[in-house]
Amino acid sequence: MTYTLKRRAMVFGAGAALGISTLMASTALAAEPIKFGVVAHLTGPLAGGEAVTHTPNIEFWANQVNARGGLKVDGEMRPVEIITYDDKTNPAEHIKAVQRLATQDEVDFMLSPYGTGFNIAAAPIYAKYNYPLVAVSAITDQIPTLTKRFPNMFFTLGTTSGFVEGVRDTLVTMRDAGTIGNRVAMVNVADAFGIELADKARPMLAEAGFEIVYDKSYPLGTPDLSPVIKGAKNAEPDTFVAWSYPPDTFGLTEQAIIEDLNVKVFYTAVATAFPAYAGKFGSKIEGNIGAGGVNPDTPIMQEYRTNHKAVTGKEADYWASATYYSSLQVLEQAIEGVGTIDRAATVEFIKTNSFDTVIGTISFNENNNSERYWSVGQWRDGVFRAVADTGMGDSVSAVAKDGWN
Amino acid sequence: MDILLSGLLLGGTYALMAMGLNLQYGVARIMNLANGEMLVLGGLAAFWLFSAAAISPLLTNVIVAPLAFVGNWLVYRFLLLPLVRRAKTQGQLEVDSILATFGMSFVLVGVMVSIHGEYFTYSFLADPFTLLGKTVALNRLVAFVGACAIGGALYYWLNRTYSGTAVRAVSVSTEAAGLVGINVDRVSALAFAIGGAVTAVGGSLISTFITLDASIGVIFTMKALIILIMGGVGDIRGAIIAALILGLVETAVATVIDPGLTLVAAYAIFLCVLLFRPQGLFGRKTT
Repeated sequence: MTYTLKRRAMVFGAGAALGISTLMASTALAAEPIKFGVVAHLTGPLAGGEAVTHTPNIEFWANQVNARGGLKVDGEMRPVEIITYDDKTNPAEHIKAVQRLATQDEVDFMLSPYGTGFNIAAAPIYAKYNYPLVAVSAITDQIPTLTKRFPNMFFTLGTTSGFVEGVRDTLVTMRDAGTIGNRVAMVNVADAFGIELADKARPMLAEAGFEIVYDKSYPLGTPDLSPVIKGAKNAEPDTFVAWSYPPDTFGLTEQAIIEDLNVKVFYTAVATAFPAYAGKFGSKIEGNIGAGGVNPDTPIMQEYRTNHKAVTGKEADYWASATYYSSLQVLEQAIEGVGTIDRAATVEFIKTNSFDTVIGTISFNENNNSERYWSVGQWRDGVFRAVADTGMGDSVSAVAKDGWN
Repeated sequence: MDILLSGLLLGGTYALMAMGLNLQYGVARIMNLANGEMLVLGGLAAFWLFSAAAISPLLTNVIVAPLAFVGNWLVYRFLLLPLVRRAKTQGQLEVDSILATFGMSFVLVGVMVSIHGEYFTYSFLADPFTLLGKTVALNRLVAFVGACAIGGALYYWLNRTYSGTAVRAVSVSTEAAGLVGINVDRVSALAFAIGGAVTAVGGSLISTFITLDASIGVIFTMKALIILIMGGVGDIRGAIIAALILGLVETAVATVIDPGLTLVAAYAIFLCVLLFRPQGLFGRKTT
């Protein structure tokens, strides 16, 4: 079996979408394209998330850059070309494919993969060939250790602790305002992600004076989550927190609606920020809280969301989509800033400069970590707004959920 | 009571996953590793028609069933029958069919990714329904009724009709069935096609309450295999009883002990059946 299940080269000529200028297109195509490699989960367990958060943004970004004529390198405008491999969400395949991109395709740059484990697993190869790795879908408390070992690695979406702190702070604020009581029902998916977050949350919530009245895990892919919701309901919580993955985020929410789980805060983790979440449940999820969130009001974010939809036909999610696009902007600005294809210099440029992106200005601290991210969002009138953040400062305050209507 | 109801509903879901494979493996002797993909394909059809044209998944089955029947019949006729003819022993056919259908599962995943790479999420009958004083999800209840209808129909067909008797004869012995004038190839193709149709219909029912995606099929194949082996190969009653046992035990464990132990419980029963009744609950002893 080879790992070249799908190889896509996307070379969009300048103005291809509008068809305004064949002249520009031909000059853009005349220059040799800059090759960007990405190993994606086109199939396998993480394919659904990748298809929402990463793939459309790569398409959108390549489209935008090439519409401008490409990136200015060595004094000429060069279009970007994306080379994609599928890894079937398999770490071994992933590493082989990254190696292949580096040594066979000899791509100039690489785009970060989806999932914490994959970013970390591939980091040594990126480091070996000096590829800057601006990670997005990677959340860990090991950032200082990792970036010390791999100085070419950057983080943009926060830490595990930051994540749980966002939830805790949201709950504390709501409790202090008298909106909710102390009783929390907490469940988690029994894999590395869910277990780590639950382990962090347990002492943190207890310390903040919350009483965890129901605390259970369920295996990944559980076909019937009704016992979980029934158990939580019997514990009579004010707040329900689930450290969940996409299929169970949908499943838990559906069961909560069926069981009429009457809580003031209903938190689910990954996929709450997906447009498909609102698409499935409509107005019933008004007031639901989840991982992510954005500030949808800035003009640049609005422009991003509109154009993302126009180019890819898909709505951007309300969490890592914009951050992933921003990571591509960081790379793009660094490449143009260096002005030539020099990966080591590009890494250095990213470390020492700040970048204007759709989520605002990004710069990296001494641990290559961008300390600006939204961590908790809430569905309000069909938009998933940030209600907690680190370093952003533009979150709104969370309100109590008022039934499943 | 809660446990009994939820457990039965979950058992119905499991029966939908396993009945088709039971026919395909029990009669046509094809260990179909693309079974889960066939199920997800049914789910994709339901999702796609529901989101694009607001067609009820129940109605979708009217289209899905014949399409899946024809598709599976063609697969058997042109892809698998050459393997059946070539195979000198049952063992060889098993190896060949596992490899062929394993490959087929990748093709199906690729096709589905190119149609819709994201999660197949939609809401259909996601409403509470009060049954015997307990709340259950209406879409699960509908799927359970569907499972009962399919199971009942298959049981009637296999045990009360002429063609069903022929199918059972083939499942007992292909040679003997051939000797008494049964067209073994045709009966096998029929069983394989019906098995595929049952699985696809099951998929479209399941997609109303489980969020599927193009790559999730293998999980259903695994579950179906466990149920199939537990229940006994080639007997539709076995698949249904095993599915119900699994559903009840998983729900009981999740409610009374801990949701985290459902998988442990499922595999524990599976192990017990393998230890004490290796031919499965309704399986025939190999002579």
